[in-house]
Amino acid sequence: MSRYIPLTQRDKEEMLREIGVSSIDDLFSSIPENLRFDGELQIEAIPEEAELIEYFKKLDSLNRYRDKKIFLGAGAYNHYVPYAVDYLSMRSEFLTPYTPYQPEVSQGTLAATFEYQTYISALTGLEVANASMYEGATATAEAALMALRIKKGKIAIAKSLHPQYREVIDTYLQKQGIEIVDIGYAADGRVNPVEVESKIDDDTSAFIVGYPNFFGVVEDLKTIYEKIKEKRVLLITSTWEILSLALLIPPGEAGAEIAVGEAQSFGLPLAYGGPYLGFFATTRKHVWKMPGRLVGMTKDVDGKTGFVLTLSAREQHIRRQRATSNICSNEAWCAIRVAIYLSLLGRKGLRKLAILNHKRAVKAASLLEKAGFKLKFSSPFFNEFVVDVGRDSRKFRDSLIEKGFVAGYPLADDYPELKTGLLLTFTEMNSMEDIERLVKEMEELR
Amino acid sequence: MRLIFELSKEGKEGFFVKNEDGEIRLPEELIRQEIDELPEVSEREVVSHYLRLSVMNYSVDWGFYPLGSCTMKYNPKVNELVASLFTDAHPLLPEELVQGYLRIFKELEEVLCEITGLDAFTLSPSAGAHGEFAGITIIKNYLEAKGENREVVLIPDSAHGTNPASSALAGYKAVEIPSDEHGRIDLEKFKEALSDRVAALMITNPNTLGIFESNIRKIADLLHEKGAFLYMDGANMNAFLGKVKVSDLGVDVMHLNLHKTFSTPHGGGGPGSGPVGVVKTLEPHLPGPRLVEEKGKLRWVQGEGRIRSFYGNFLVLVKALAYIRELGGRGLKEVAELAVLNANYLRAKLSKKYRISYETPTLHEFVLTDDTFRDKVSTLDVAKRLLDYGLHPPTIYFPLIVHGALMIEPTETESKETLDEFVNAMLKIAEEAETNPELLHEAPHVTPVRRLDEVGAARNPILRYIKPE
Repeated sequence: MSRYIPLTQRDKEEMLREIGVSSIDDLFSSIPENLRFDGELQIEAIPEEAELIEYFKKLDSLNRYRDKKIFLGAGAYNHYVPYAVDYLSMRSEFLTPYTPYQPEVSQGTLAATFEYQTYISALTGLEVANASMYEGATATAEAALMALRIKKGKIAIAKSLHPQYREVIDTYLQKQGIEIVDIGYAADGRVNPVEVESKIDDDTSAFIVGYPNFFGVVEDLKTIYEKIKEKRVLLITSTWEILSLALLIPPGEAGAEIAVGEAQSFGLPLAYGGPYLGFFATTRKHVWKMPGRLVGMTKDVDGKTGFVLTLSAREQHIRRQRATSNICSNEAWCAIRVAIYLSLLGRKGLRKLAILNHKRAVKAASLLEKAGFKLKFSSPFFNEFVVDVGRDSRKFRDSLIEKGFVAGYPLADDYPELKTGLLLTFTEMNSMEDIERLVKEMEELR
Repeated sequence: MRLIFELSKEGKEGFFVKNEDGEIRLPEELIRQEIDELPEVSEREVVSHYLRLSVMNYSVDWGFYPLGSCTMKYNPKVNELVASLFTDAHPLLPEELVQGYLRIFKELEEVLCEITGLDAFTLSPSAGAHGEFAGITIIKNYLEAKGENREVVLIPDSAHGTNPASSALAGYKAVEIPSDEHGRIDLEKFKEALSDRVAALMITNPNTLGIFESNIRKIADLLHEKGAFLYMDGANMNAFLGKVKVSDLGVDVMHLNLHKTFSTPHGGGGPGSGPVGVVKTLEPHLPGPRLVEEKGKLRWVQGEGRIRSFYGNFLVLVKALAYIRELGGRGLKEVAELAVLNANYLRAKLSKKYRISYETPTLHEFVLTDDTFRDKVSTLDVAKRLLDYGLHPPTIYFPLIVHGALMIEPTETESKETLDEFVNAMLKIAEEAETNPELLHEAPHVTPVRRLDEVGAARNPILRYIKPE
């Protein structure tokens, strides 16, 4: 019997006797025989722990990336995770409970989530943040749906939004029959102000922009906001490199009413795409229109401070098909990791880390410019930017892999008009030495 | 309890970041002020703070956690170790560099097909409700491609709230089908509701009462005759492992909850994973990206639409695969058998003092009503009193069709001693309800905090920390 099942043969016999049946099969008699599966599932068991680990190590040996220098971002970022984040979050008390439906025995999760909400609120400059969404793309799609609850109409989306996020929004909105309006980008890489004026009208519900956008460019949110506010269009920002919000004007301060995105950068490993963490913030005025769980502070019968899930009348288990979202399980444990990460980095550390990322990217840009490369866009960037490699960026990328560098995300597939553009990303994990070597290799390939 | 913000003192640091020379290439007007809300705390204090928070939580590793339809089974530790082998790959690495990762997706897809009898899986969905949305969207895309615009999804009244919410999100109107006197979907009412406007029926099987929906094959046939589909919510799949292949039930689409059936930890509410399986006809409509194999090499191709960034909650997938590989076919069957044994043992013991919602036989879980104690105490009181006995209460007030429901799912990973301890506590509570109901009204008594003012929390929501002036 499996090591996870603590029942002896004698236990089973006693239990069957207590139930009043003679065999376990009798317990399945409510399933008509023709619907039962008599065979055995064709899955071989690996009961020995060492052998099981070996099995997965063998699968891992098929991977070929660990000897490469990697300069990739585009929605997932290689940042250092302090060991204390792993150490604390791996505690059984954080890892193995369910959703905190019994707050009296869930204060650990609830208090940490409350801290997480406070952090996201501070970073976005908005008053309310929820307890998490699945990841950045679904958070962005849910932001569009929320905007439609505030104001009906079309949804305008910057073409420079993360292409995968755009696909997810399409999936979520098309089922609702919502019209989507594309807003192109200008020569400087920012949203095209002419299109913002001409294509966004009074019948538009919201405008979704990447901040920074997919080209790494930092949008001028205040100017965008000025152009759309008289049409009563909600400004929604989507940020997949949340570290940038430690340095850039927060969306809320610039006029955004909903700020969403991906918080993977704060203490979650790359892990080939997940689990990550969608963050979601808005103004207090709109809190009842919000999706997802919220933790609130309250008192117990003895007057002691404590935390509970609150405003749940928005949610599926109460409102069913009229709920603000279908979300139930979210990414609670990831949110706890973010809270621990931000507590460690703190006010000074986070700022310093953001600046370090930016400086490394700026150095890389300067070196590339010195080597004769041109950046595709002149606008400011945070820690990634598009470099023009002068030929098909996919081929250029492949040649770099042969040299030991996985550098950049080629834009050719998503933006055919930017075929020679390579989106390069730099974090604190890319040493100056590696950056210099990369530039040298790129120069040689040119 | 103090929050991290209250521990802050200017000048402390919890992590070292180097100062590096270099240029800031951002105009002043794009740069924000320093974020004063962030605390300044040393690592020593951060560790102490979260350790202290953690011990206020009840967890599966601590003890019995019989939440109905949540399958709070033990989370094997080796799975965490296995997952830790796979944390450092960027999701946009070219496929030829990450064949080991892709092989894990492929293997998991294959074993889930074997377990369910379905033809193809997508591992993208991040949780059960996300899987529901994906599954209903697959059906919608198939029907629309055929030029059919159906409007309705039928859902039994015993269903989880995500079912109607997910249908609405996919653009359908959810129509409720009542349960019959045995706790199963009312076949006659179902027939009345069935028309060519119906796209699908979403059924949970065993349903949330723990009862097998024995008319399921007939229901599937009737749906298929009308060109509609049978969607199965796999929340309760633990009862079926190796005992029932859902394809034999006539199921066309289903989602699994890897964080329930396949032992990955719930993390206090996530991350989960909700893979969706389909029959052959629907496979072309699975959302992307999809995995294809050519000459032994795996790569991603587009599917129909996309439901999240990248490919899914990968680390959750690895843990589930480790669990399935360790147990194998025979071990999985044993899981279902002993989950059902444990539940029926508890039912037999508790039915001496409590009322079971329906006499119908149940599988992996069962539901008590508040009939035997309603005049003295509430279901909530009983739940809170269990906390005093060091046990986590069952799911309460769900399903909605049972008055004062207590929904109990012990899972297979509990010993007879633990089950007996729970029974004894429940019997004692039944006695206390008679002799000292006040004790229950005021419970819990020994938890880190006592009953919390939820009404006040909602009336005057405090959703973030504000520094006192």
